[in-house]
Amino acid sequence: MNRSEFKQGLKGGLIIALSAAPFAMLFGAVASDNGLSVMEAGLMSATVYAGASQLVGIELFGHQVAPWLIVLSVFAVNFRHILYSAALTRYITHFTPIQKFFTFFVLTDPQFAEAVKRGESGRGVSFPWYIGFGAAIYFPWLFFSVLGAFFGRMMGDPRALAIDVLLPVYFLGLVIGFRSKPGFYPVVVASALGSVLGYHFVGSPWHVSIGAAVGVVVAAFLPLSTESVPADAATEMES
Amino acid sequence: MTDLISVDMALLILAAAAATFLTRIGGYVLITRMKTIPPRMEQALNAVPAAVLTTLVAPAFFNGGWDVKIAMLAALVVGVRYPGLLLLGAGWAAAMICRHLLGF
Repeated sequence: MNRSEFKQGLKGGLIIALSAAPFAMLFGAVASDNGLSVMEAGLMSATVYAGASQLVGIELFGHQVAPWLIVLSVFAVNFRHILYSAALTRYITHFTPIQKFFTFFVLTDPQFAEAVKRGESGRGVSFPWYIGFGAAIYFPWLFFSVLGAFFGRMMGDPRALAIDVLLPVYFLGLVIGFRSKPGFYPVVVASALGSVLGYHFVGSPWHVSIGAAVGVVVAAFLPLSTESVPADAATEMES
Repeated sequence: MTDLISVDMALLILAAAAATFLTRIGGYVLITRMKTIPPRMEQALNAVPAAVLTTLVAPAFFNGGWDVKIAMLAALVVGVRYPGLLLLGAGWAAAMICRHLLGF
């Protein structure tokens, strides 16, 4: 194990961990508000480990949605990781199978962005660097989720503290983060229309699948963009 | 004490975790088999996150009261210029003002 590579990774990851900490707390607090126990919130952060999709899961859980639809929605929000792991593959062919398992398990937006940056710069992506970076984000994420869940327990009426608006505002921020991507406006308008109409004419929770499907179909039929690098798709709000 | 894990919830969380891991390893599996992804498919896949997240935002806005609408508009105005935490703060502050000072 190359120690200086590992330390470099840790240092880089800690900066990300600090900026993700408030979102981990938010997740914990909202999870409590939606009926999850502290341990359940911790289990979710430890095993799913993908900020936006964890909040999507919690939001749908609060609305008494069928379990398979919650899992499907989490899958859909995390879909971008397929592009990440495809793009990352060329830099990690020298990892062992077990190293690859951990590599993909901790593959988040910032992890992907930094690993590709390192690979493209010619420094090479070593396992000690990669796992140091990942560990420095993973453990604080877990810690702050549990802390947030504890605070969520102690808080009173979520409406009086405006906790309930944080979730739609957070999702709005994620959507805004994609605005420089090609096809952003047609996709968002299509999904917005699809979900609002779906909500009124079909009902919740189907509006999520209907709106998403409409947006994706529109994206498939848009003129092909010349830019094809998904690296910058990473939003700054998410861990 | 509700600070334990219910079996149903644990299964749901683990299923969500498995689905997430599938997306994280999926690109590796695809690329080692296919070499490249067709451009139109890649464009559609690229749009999935924005499309899904929009379906959580738009109905919340249209179905919410004036407090929620104002909070989301305030967040939007701040969010196009400043990073995520400020956007969250702006939305929260607007909702607090609406509820406690303006009485919406």
